[in-house]
Amino acid sequence: MSILKTESLVKRYGGITVTDQVSLDIRPGELHAIIGPNGAGKTTLINQLSGELASNSGTVWFDGRDVTALPIHARARLGLLRSYQITSIFEEFTVRENAVLAAIGAQEHGWRFWQPMLSRRGQVLAANEALQACGLAARAGTPAAELAYGERRQLELAMALSARPKFLLLDEPMAGMSVQESSAVVAMLSRLKGRYSILLIEHDMDAVFALADRITVLVYGKVLFTGTPDEIRHHPEVKAVYLGEEEEPA
Amino acid sequence: MTIWIALKRPAMLVPALLLAGLALVPCVATAVDQPFYIVFFARILVYAIAASALNVALGFGGMVSLGHALFLGIGAYSVAIPAFYGIDNGWVHLAVCIAACALVGLLTGAVSLRTTGIGFIMITLAFAQMGYFVFVSLKQFGGDDGTPITATSRFFGQDLGQPLTVYAVAFAVLCLVIWWSARLRAAPFGMVLRGARQNPRRINAIGLQAKRYQLAAYVMSAVLCGIAGMLLANLTAFASPATLGWVVSGDLIVMIVLGGIGTVFGPLLGALAFLGAEELLKSVTEYWQAVFGLVIFLVALLRTAGLAGLLERLSPHGLVASGDSASAQPTPPAGGTRQVHPEANPYPVAGGGA
Amino acid sequence: MTIQLVLTQLLNGLQFGVLLFLLAAGLTLVFGIMSFVNLAHGSLYMLGAYFAATAYEQSGNFGLALLAAIAGCVALGYALERAAISRLYGRDHLDHVLATFGLVLFFNEMARIVWGPQPYFLPLPAAFESTVDLLGISYPSYRFAIIVTGLAVAVGAYLLMHKTRLGMLIRAGAVNPAMVAALGVDIKLLNAILFSLGAALAGLAGVMAGPIMSIQSGMGEPVLITALVVIVIGGIGSVSGAFYAALIVGVADTLGRAFLPTLLRELASRDVANAAGPALASMLVYLLMAVVLALRPQGLFPAGRTR
Repeated sequence: MSILKTESLVKRYGGITVTDQVSLDIRPGELHAIIGPNGAGKTTLINQLSGELASNSGTVWFDGRDVTALPIHARARLGLLRSYQITSIFEEFTVRENAVLAAIGAQEHGWRFWQPMLSRRGQVLAANEALQACGLAARAGTPAAELAYGERRQLELAMALSARPKFLLLDEPMAGMSVQESSAVVAMLSRLKGRYSILLIEHDMDAVFALADRITVLVYGKVLFTGTPDEIRHHPEVKAVYLGEEEEPA
Repeated sequence: MTIWIALKRPAMLVPALLLAGLALVPCVATAVDQPFYIVFFARILVYAIAASALNVALGFGGMVSLGHALFLGIGAYSVAIPAFYGIDNGWVHLAVCIAACALVGLLTGAVSLRTTGIGFIMITLAFAQMGYFVFVSLKQFGGDDGTPITATSRFFGQDLGQPLTVYAVAFAVLCLVIWWSARLRAAPFGMVLRGARQNPRRINAIGLQAKRYQLAAYVMSAVLCGIAGMLLANLTAFASPATLGWVVSGDLIVMIVLGGIGTVFGPLLGALAFLGAEELLKSVTEYWQAVFGLVIFLVALLRTAGLAGLLERLSPHGLVASGDSASAQPTPPAGGTRQVHPEANPYPVAGGGA
Repeated sequence: MTIQLVLTQLLNGLQFGVLLFLLAAGLTLVFGIMSFVNLAHGSLYMLGAYFAATAYEQSGNFGLALLAAIAGCVALGYALERAAISRLYGRDHLDHVLATFGLVLFFNEMARIVWGPQPYFLPLPAAFESTVDLLGISYPSYRFAIIVTGLAVAVGAYLLMHKTRLGMLIRAGAVNPAMVAALGVDIKLLNAILFSLGAALAGLAGVMAGPIMSIQSGMGEPVLITALVVIVIGGIGSVSGAFYAALIVGVADTLGRAFLPTLLRELASRDVANAAGPALASMLVYLLMAVVLALRPQGLFPAGRTR
């Protein structure tokens, strides 16, 4: 029983096929990583999984439902949340407000006009837990615009978490982070493993091999191979195409 | 946070004093036998309401409507047209006003929200112009010249056409609108709306349809603006297509920017400053519009956080949780006065913000 | 409703459309390349008419008046761009709206100060006081001259955009302004030239409109707003879109105002028709805009921009 499944997903831009018959099958509680050279179509794939990009053909199943036709906001409310590679937060709001808003979006609605948002206990609780998990609890009252880069990436994650998601689509959460910051994120993700199902796109190979239950290698929009980290490490084609070259962290 | 502590900050004290002053105007004006001031300040109250209405769409929601005079005009004609047929029941006027503004707001808003940025500005301007032409073509209601209102709105036996009555009602409405703006700003709806201004793509990504909230805010703002128009018609006992002109729409935007976009007291401060300056300039030179135009240009060039922002800067922090932006005004994003523009999003992904 | 009447109104529609194109072209170019919302464009149109009227008063020669007006608008446009407009590039559209709104108020009042509040008149040039025989009807030759001039400008604009180096730079700037600047092109000069070009077109439109409309303060804004409708229908940033949309809007508006009330009288009672006819006719182009937006928000002929 998969929590997120795609069948022969195809995305074309004019003459170029960016996503070529991609089929994935992610099990509940799994941390599944997608790796591949730049230009392999990883972000395009995530955009199709999150619902921001319509595929040309193929299906996406989430939690037993066909969500192929559902737009992003509908999928978010079903528990399929994503974080962005290029940080996309609400600069004018505080860290706490960002997280609570994310919780409201997924669990509730915004059609309330009188009582303050921060008085919604359930969502504030969820937000506080998420901020705690991401190490941002001390910065909860800071306007997001004043955060350091690493903290912004953490907030990016915290927003996805405070929605109490069933599934997390994480697009290069460690992009641009220092070694210290990255290991903090790796530690946090390993704590989340099992509780949430996660699809992780990352270039940081150490992180990927430390965290992933299974890895899919994407090359030129096609799935080259899906397997455990060990299988990937010893797969001759993968080594030739991807791992064989000197990999620099993103 | 008790009221009295809050009032120590200039950001709250000055507006509170201004409101108190405005409350006293009728007494003072009657005492010195200058009834003109009642009408003058009533006009400021009405425009402050209209500006507050626009602030919900523009300040909170980031929707630059250059056509809100449309709703001001519809509100005015909601009194004029029934009055033409002898209907002076205020509740009828109000019902017509709300229904008409809501409907027109819904239709024009839905169409306008098909675009963003400059397209939205142009389209709202165009719709207001359309409204202008429609009322001009209604010859039976005066056409270009407008129509005097002989049957002003009656509520509970009171005639809104009396300066003192309309002043009191306008003052009460303004206080309610300001209070509601403050609550709305921090309520889930207001936060979603403000979030949609900053980052519509992210609002969709967290599970909310940004466009729906924006449309709702636009309709709300239209209805409130219509109510201001209704008060205006009662104040002047007149309705004319000029109320729907592009100049009026522009004036409303100037008031909001002058006072401080997206703040709660900004529209009031802006309306006071704008109409006060206009009156001052008129007494100095008959060519005041030229000076005014240049002043507006300079305001745009040097745009800061407005009068409310100035007051905020003079206020000590610490009464609200540090940095909690659910207080008086939005902190300007790092890097100056440039608001986060939806079109600055680097990912032009299909379906974003839809 | 005879064929001659329809043809005449059709030509009138074309004439209006051509004037709209002259205004819309400058507007849409400036927006497409500098991302600048110029509401003061209508003021340039108005000043073109005023300059021509004054020049004609002094010289008695329409041709001279035309040249003087265009030169005046180019100079004013250049000065405006350098002194005021360029300071606002990169700012929020709200700032543009506010700034140009202030400028419009300023220019309208200045016109009242310099030329007085009463309308000015620019007489028809002597050479165009007659009529031409067109498709079996007698059509005023001045209006015909406007159509011809406008179409010539459209052809000229096309040649400029597609066959000259300047045009290539303009088109490149519309697609990727940062890149053009990075390639070492003096982007400040290019912007100034572009703005002045738009001003020249607006001024030309103002002069040509002078003899058939009354010249007075505030005459620019209603036409400007219609030009905005044209741009929205055609596609913001697209000059060819502006051309086709201008003709569509010009013809639709003219035919609508001419025939809709009559048509309505056939279908409904006289009272309803008399009330609703003119109202509906004035709403026509806005309804058209709304329909286009509902079905195709990017406009009918959008410019292919990648930014």
